[in-house]
Amino acid sequence: MSAIILFSAVSLAQLMLAAAMAIASVRMFRGPRAQDRIIGLDTLYINAMLLLVTFGIGTGRVIYFEAALVMGMLGFVATVALAKFLMRGEVIE
Amino acid sequence: MMLPYPLLTLSLVLMWLLLNGFTPGHLVLGILVAVFASWAMASLRPDKPRLGKWYLLPKLFRIVLYDIVKSNIAVALIILKAGRRSHNPGFLTVELDIENHTAIAVLAVVLTSTPGSAWLEYDSNDKTVLLHILDLGNEAEWHDTIKNRYEKLLMEIFA
Amino acid sequence: MMQAAADMPVWAAIAVAFFLLVGSGLALIGAIGFLRLPTFYERIHAPTLGTSWGIGGVMLASMIFFTVSSGRLVFHEILIGIFVTVTTPITFMLLARAALHRDRAEGNGNVPDKQNKSQIAKGVSDESESWN
Repeated sequence: MSAIILFSAVSLAQLMLAAAMAIASVRMFRGPRAQDRIIGLDTLYINAMLLLVTFGIGTGRVIYFEAALVMGMLGFVATVALAKFLMRGEVIE
Repeated sequence: MMLPYPLLTLSLVLMWLLLNGFTPGHLVLGILVAVFASWAMASLRPDKPRLGKWYLLPKLFRIVLYDIVKSNIAVALIILKAGRRSHNPGFLTVELDIENHTAIAVLAVVLTSTPGSAWLEYDSNDKTVLLHILDLGNEAEWHDTIKNRYEKLLMEIFA
Repeated sequence: MMQAAADMPVWAAIAVAFFLLVGSGLALIGAIGFLRLPTFYERIHAPTLGTSWGIGGVMLASMIFFTVSSGRLVFHEILIGIFVTVTTPITFMLLARAALHRDRAEGNGNVPDKQNKSQIAKGVSDESESWN
């Protein structure tokens, strides 16, 4: 019983997160301006991180948690660097 | 001085134990890493935040958690019936009384992580902040929320 | 999964499923809003759905699942939650300021023109606005 509940919930959640990633990448390609594309990238990696955590629940393995943590940290640094570049034209002044 | 930032050191040890699991060996290693990291932090000489009535922090946490749940529902409803233009977005300028940098940072994190309001920029010359609100129904009400609900509490916490 | 999931009591499975669906549903609604809302400053609000309770729901589900299935308290997921809660406002603030700066420099949109003092003090040192 609980296996069925968990399996269907995890599958549904994975579908929804994959759809969210697809929508975020649509906005990333459509723009219209650079700041929209950067927020699209931000949404994309956050949803990918959530997808990894649901993979962890689905397989019952802890290793996905660490992948998600690394993804969150690298994504944050990337977005901040891009935003800084947008404002100043260079990353390190 | 041995420990320039006791709170930072403590939270680094906790983070180390959460990531590696609790064993006596990791406790010793985590304490070593945290002490060296706080010494490195001390050589950067950041401003030290002064806590006033720190026991009000759980109250702030509870208020913020409740507001985030409430505005999550509100923003989700706005998005689901978007296109019919049921909301009126707008900019809002608020004068702040707090000057403590940590308190301003906490206020910015609270307002931005609450869906429906975003912190755009703070001007330290005339101490005003520019916000963007997704559904600016009643301007005075938003003003009142920020001034009385968050700012008063933050001023007491960061005395 | 099957081994761990089959041993799990039904109430825990329902709790995990509930939080997982709430979290991923909010993330999806945030992404939809991000696509549908018309202006940039409105769009900036939509992804915060995913970064507040979207993350919170999925992390709670993961905590309950691993705590119940391994029989000991597992809450290291809270680190991701804290980390994302602290960092998302920083990215959004930086991006919003960059957008304001670009919109003011190009004079498009109805953006409030407030910081004239600091704008003059900074001078014309920015030549990054020309590319899109």
